[in-house]
Amino acid sequence: MKLLMHNMLSSMGLQNVTVGFPLKIVANEVKDISVEFDKKFMKRIISKVDWNALRDTAAQFGVKLPTELPNGNISDELLKQIHGALMEIEIIEGKLVCPETGHEFPINNGIPNMLF
Amino acid sequence: MKLKTLEAMMGSIDEFVSPKVCYEQYSTSVHISSRMLFTIDHTFGDLRDKCVADLGSGSGRLTIGSALMGAHYVLAIDCDWDAVRQMADNFEDFEDDITSRIDSICADVTDQEFWTPFHKRFDTCLLNPPFGTKRNKGIDMIFLKRALDLSTNSVYSLHKTSTREHILRKADEWSVEAEVLARLSFDLPKVYKFHKHSSVDIEVDFYRFQHKTSK
Repeated sequence: MKLLMHNMLSSMGLQNVTVGFPLKIVANEVKDISVEFDKKFMKRIISKVDWNALRDTAAQFGVKLPTELPNGNISDELLKQIHGALMEIEIIEGKLVCPETGHEFPINNGIPNMLF
Repeated sequence: MKLKTLEAMMGSIDEFVSPKVCYEQYSTSVHISSRMLFTIDHTFGDLRDKCVADLGSGSGRLTIGSALMGAHYVLAIDCDWDAVRQMADNFEDFEDDITSRIDSICADVTDQEFWTPFHKRFDTCLLNPPFGTKRNKGIDMIFLKRALDLSTNSVYSLHKTSTREHILRKADEWSVEAEVLARLSFDLPKVYKFHKHSSVDIEVDFYRFQHKTSK
């Protein structure tokens, strides 16, 4: 599971959950992988990302992103950092925890099981 | 990439080891899926460098094929944990630079609330939905609607030719352009015990749906 996917995951399917986002990650095994950087792709993706969730989650894995996403032109250096956070951190084993109910969703072999 | 190369590479993806009738798990043949992907990329440019979701990914043929065709990120979605796990095994035969761009999730496509944060996050959605023939009539339309919600540009899908009028009417209702790209004959081999004949041919349309606001 990449943080790009995590940025879209919620526990909204659970009863009595109003936001259920972002899910807390408990990681038992994490892999750093290498993915080719694509500047145009990253620029497009960033506009759709929930920045606060990404910034906080990335910090958990040692990637420090700015508090606010700069308006207008984003430097190549920052784009590569965001690429690293979104695409190159792989959670292999662990779980996702609902921020409201504490319900846990397992992650095995890199795949979150989000069946409710 | 040449069609023959793509077809050969996708041929290494295994069929379902233990197909489940409740999910209508039929694999799309290598012959059909490689040609679908080739059309999506060469005719419409909707795979290379794109953000792609595969709804009902099954054995993962369309997912791996999309990554092979240069999609920058592919999310494979299936509700059957066994299928998702098998798909991950299938991907192990491929190079890291292909599989590193794939994410997989076990989740229910029909769960509307869960997918809300995914809306418009993808350029292209692919789906080979259950045809809705076995006790779950209309499920193909739920899959199609979900794919349209998740995408900003286009959706590629397969539906039974007998439902064409209904599909085109729905597309109109949802304000998307629909085009039948090809009419295929799906040879469904006898994989389940209740099948009376050794294989059944069904007529299937290969669709491209395009959001009117994009491009």
